[in-house]
Amino acid sequence: MSLTDRLLQLTLLALTLAFVAPLLPGVIAKVKAAIAGRRGPTLVQLHRDLAKLWKKDMVRSETTSWVFSAGPAVTLVTTLFAALIVPIGPGPAPLAFEGDLILFVYLLALGRFFTTSAALDTGSAFEGMGAARDLTFAALAEVALLFGLLAASAHAGSRSLSTLLPTFDAATSTAPLLLVSAAFAIVLLTESARVPVDDPNTHLELTMVHEVMVLDHSGPALGLVLYGAALKLLVLAALIAHLLLPPLTSQLGWLALLPTLLGLAALIGLLESVTARLRLSHVPAFLVAAALLSGFGFLLEVT
Amino acid sequence: MSGSLFSSLLVVVMLLNFYCIGASRLRALIRAVSLQGVVLGLMPLLVHGSATADLPVLHVVVSLVTALIKGVVIPQLLLRALRALPIKREVEPLIGTVPSLVLAALATALAIVFGQRLAPASTPGAALVVATALATVLSGFLLLVTRLKAVTQIVGYLVLENGVFVFGMLLVEAIPFFVELGILLDLVVGIFVMGILIHHIHRDFPTGQREDPS
Repeated sequence: MSLTDRLLQLTLLALTLAFVAPLLPGVIAKVKAAIAGRRGPTLVQLHRDLAKLWKKDMVRSETTSWVFSAGPAVTLVTTLFAALIVPIGPGPAPLAFEGDLILFVYLLALGRFFTTSAALDTGSAFEGMGAARDLTFAALAEVALLFGLLAASAHAGSRSLSTLLPTFDAATSTAPLLLVSAAFAIVLLTESARVPVDDPNTHLELTMVHEVMVLDHSGPALGLVLYGAALKLLVLAALIAHLLLPPLTSQLGWLALLPTLLGLAALIGLLESVTARLRLSHVPAFLVAAALLSGFGFLLEVT
Repeated sequence: MSGSLFSSLLVVVMLLNFYCIGASRLRALIRAVSLQGVVLGLMPLLVHGSATADLPVLHVVVSLVTALIKGVVIPQLLLRALRALPIKREVEPLIGTVPSLVLAALATALAIVFGQRLAPASTPGAALVVATALATVLSGFLLLVTRLKAVTQIVGYLVLENGVFVFGMLLVEAIPFFVELGILLDLVVGIFVMGILIHHIHRDFPTGQREDPS
């Protein structure tokens, strides 16, 4: 890959992270509105919200410590870091190295640790409850994510996301690919707090999971939280898109990747419109199912 | 045998096993087993991989008959029986839903491991077929022995038989006669189901539930 090609790729990647990531929640909201027969917010609503929040003042509770301020910042930075490890677009990711799949999983975990710590730091009972639920779900989703990545790694003989995701394709290992993709879809819904696991539209503290943890953030900090969530959605959607798409070789690959990402967002919107949220006690079973799916994929690869 | 569409169908069959064991509503259970039947019906068409040119007539017939009986006729009979019964869901299985899911997961994992050893080495892609067949048979068995409602037990028997059918996919090229036997067994199941439903459940077990003699 030539230098100009590389520069072009990095520029497109930066633009994707900056502008396409906030577009995905917009697409989800638009699809949901269209199915419900409403006009819905514009696709760039989140971009506008972020610009508005950035200009606002921040209110901080007197009982909170530095952990509360660090929460959104660390979460955003770890997610950005993860976005530089996952291949988004053609060619290897900017920070690809052998073994980065472990770092990827733990970057997501570190971000979650700080989100939940910030929620606990407020001392609010509801936020603590949300944090406890979020960690319960995350612990189970992590198993599914790791097993799936290990299955792909066993197939590709590589431990770098940039090598293993394009090598793991339908022609040579259909059954494991299907199982792992299904498991990753469940992980995506869990990590981005989407419907069968969590409802982003609910306004009851007792039923919220992700939303309740960020209740106390305001102004720019809330902006960081919203952007971080959108970025995480993009990263995980890119993970699935790279499994489903054939290896992207030239910069034209962006033309295949971006519609796939938007299509995945539209699918999430569709899913949110037609399914109800699972009862809280059933969510762990759902996530264990995801872990089993990728576990079977792993078994099929290694036996 | 190693066609990618064929292996995706096998994966779908494997996942439907879990859905059957996890489902508590009987209607959803019957829908799932009907879908499994249709998926099984597609299998003989794809067993060659992707060759559609020299498809034997027998395979088409087997496909149609299987999809029709397993996917439409038997589920319709079960749904009809369900309408006559006052029960809508499996309330108290002998082993709860989550433990039976765990058991099914263990069974499937073992089936995958043993599938590699048991599959004939001459046929590529046979390992997944054997794994799916074993997993389906074991799931059907689990459904059959741990549930109390007669309808669920029949569905368990159907799932078990579906596993046998998947196993038959290995032999479809060598001995097509076996496939025909499989279809015949299906017919027997259909009649068996009909017999139980029409004569026994409603008369002997007004609650539609297997009862302990004590």
